[in-house]
Amino acid sequence: MLKVEGLTCAYGKVMAVRDLTMEVRQGELVTLIGANGAGKTTTLKAISGVLPPVQGRIEFDGEDITGTSPRTVLEKGIAHCPEGRRIFPYMTVRENLEMGCFLRNDANAISEDMEGIYVRFPILYERRAQAAGTLSGGEQQMLAISRALMSRPRLILFDEPSLGLAPNLVEQTFDIVEQIRADGVTVVMVEQNALAALELCDRSYVLESGEVTLTGTGRQLLKNKKVQQAYLGG
Amino acid sequence: MNRRLIEFGVVLFFASVPFWLGNLYYLHILITTGIFIIAAMSLNLLLGYTGQLSLGHVAFFGIGAYTSALISIGFDLELTDTYTFVFEPKPVWFSFLCGIAFAAICGWLIGKISFKVRGAYFVIVTISFAEVVRLVALNWIDLTEGPMALNNIPPFTLGIPGLWELTFFKKEPNYWLVLALCVVSFVIVRRLVQSRAGRAMIALRENESLATSVGVDVTKYLVLATVISAGMAGAAGGLYTHYIRIVDPDVFLFIYTVTMVIMVITGGKGTLLGPIVGGLIFGILPEALRGLAGPEVQWVIYGILMILVVYFLPGGIVPALSNWWRQREDNQSTSSPGDAAPGTAS
Repeated sequence: MLKVEGLTCAYGKVMAVRDLTMEVRQGELVTLIGANGAGKTTTLKAISGVLPPVQGRIEFDGEDITGTSPRTVLEKGIAHCPEGRRIFPYMTVRENLEMGCFLRNDANAISEDMEGIYVRFPILYERRAQAAGTLSGGEQQMLAISRALMSRPRLILFDEPSLGLAPNLVEQTFDIVEQIRADGVTVVMVEQNALAALELCDRSYVLESGEVTLTGTGRQLLKNKKVQQAYLGG
Repeated sequence: MNRRLIEFGVVLFFASVPFWLGNLYYLHILITTGIFIIAAMSLNLLLGYTGQLSLGHVAFFGIGAYTSALISIGFDLELTDTYTFVFEPKPVWFSFLCGIAFAAICGWLIGKISFKVRGAYFVIVTISFAEVVRLVALNWIDLTEGPMALNNIPPFTLGIPGLWELTFFKKEPNYWLVLALCVVSFVIVRRLVQSRAGRAMIALRENESLATSVGVDVTKYLVLATVISAGMAGAAGGLYTHYIRIVDPDVFLFIYTVTMVIMVITGGKGTLLGPIVGGLIFGILPEALRGLAGPEVQWVIYGILMILVVYFLPGGIVPALSNWWRQREDNQSTSSPGDAAPGTAS
């Protein structure tokens, strides 16, 4: 479904990703793990079109999407859930969801999707008229994920969905990610929490200073000595 | 329905002012305040809704003023020794529209240039732009008369020459004209910010990287906001020029931009009513204080009041009032149950 070949990205003269190659198949849940600055976020940015790559080729459903605008990428069916502040704090919950379908104009289907979201996350319905900034961390994360779903993506890129959340909420977030995958959406997720990421995923890529050093199924990597030493604390 | 009625009532109230005010000087203050309110509304579109501070906003105001003045009185330019370009005077309604258009074009250029770089850089570009335009107005004496100012600018006229014409000589019709354009500007801004484009602008202000990732074309919407904002400021400039009937390079002074910023921020940036409330207060206040205190004390009071507003109501007057109102309503209706069930949401 998604093919990345020889991807090289840089911020000015600083190389962030070097000759990265990865593949994601339909329906898979693939994670990218690695230390800070390993190039995980950069990879997602390159795929979503936010950061034009220096070199390499990104293919989605056999179509070349290298260096196209975020808008085009989104229209093709890839939603990006960026790291950091993931919501529009002064907009209401509902408006945040509406921003998720900014590029869609099928009003009926949109309201259907929104109802679907409200049924899945009743708390968002309760708080629909509230400014999104007043939600708790976990609710904001729910909202961010829901917003990404509002574009009806076939592939979602999650960037550190567990960052800054309390442990029980981290688990809840991962549950949601799994549900989404169960609904047939392909997922690529960047995650610092290597243990959780490996347990959850089908396959994973380990990044180190901008390069893929290891790849395999979650189970294989969990057993791998190097991974255990570097990322699993023993 | 109810809201419509209130809006209509407010406009009617303001429209009735000339009938009972009975003092032409007060009416003059209201006219200039109204012109500034239009400019403040245009600034609010940029500062309040896209979060970009245009500290050279007076440039668009001045460009609108000069363009409309020059086209309505005509001008000639010696392009070469032998050829002089002569521009015949045109009717004021036409020159007024030209002023809006030219200001909007300048807004487009500034937007295109400076939104590659945002934030502080946009501020610098706009300040420099205003200063450059002021220097041009000051030194291009052949065209603008420089510090001698453009005189004898015709008053606003509507209609077809020879058939039917309405000339705005007196204060009252000018007041209504300004009021009408205030209403038009308000409606334009409201429609814009409630539209898809407006939503995109607010999204940009709140979280630019996220806005990009939901597919908002950042530059497009920022430039759109600048163009509309500049056009509105140009309209305010045109009104000003045909009301005062003289225009000199002082219209480009930085202090006017500051006045607009004060109006927007104290009133409440990013709110529809903010620039109107802030504009009314800080437009009328200096004149109101004049009767109470000497010129030195007057500006001290003005300054203190401004600091108090910013200190106690950091979001501005309008957001503070609407919060207070909402809390009051909440307290009254805490016992009522929540509305419809999830199934009815749309």
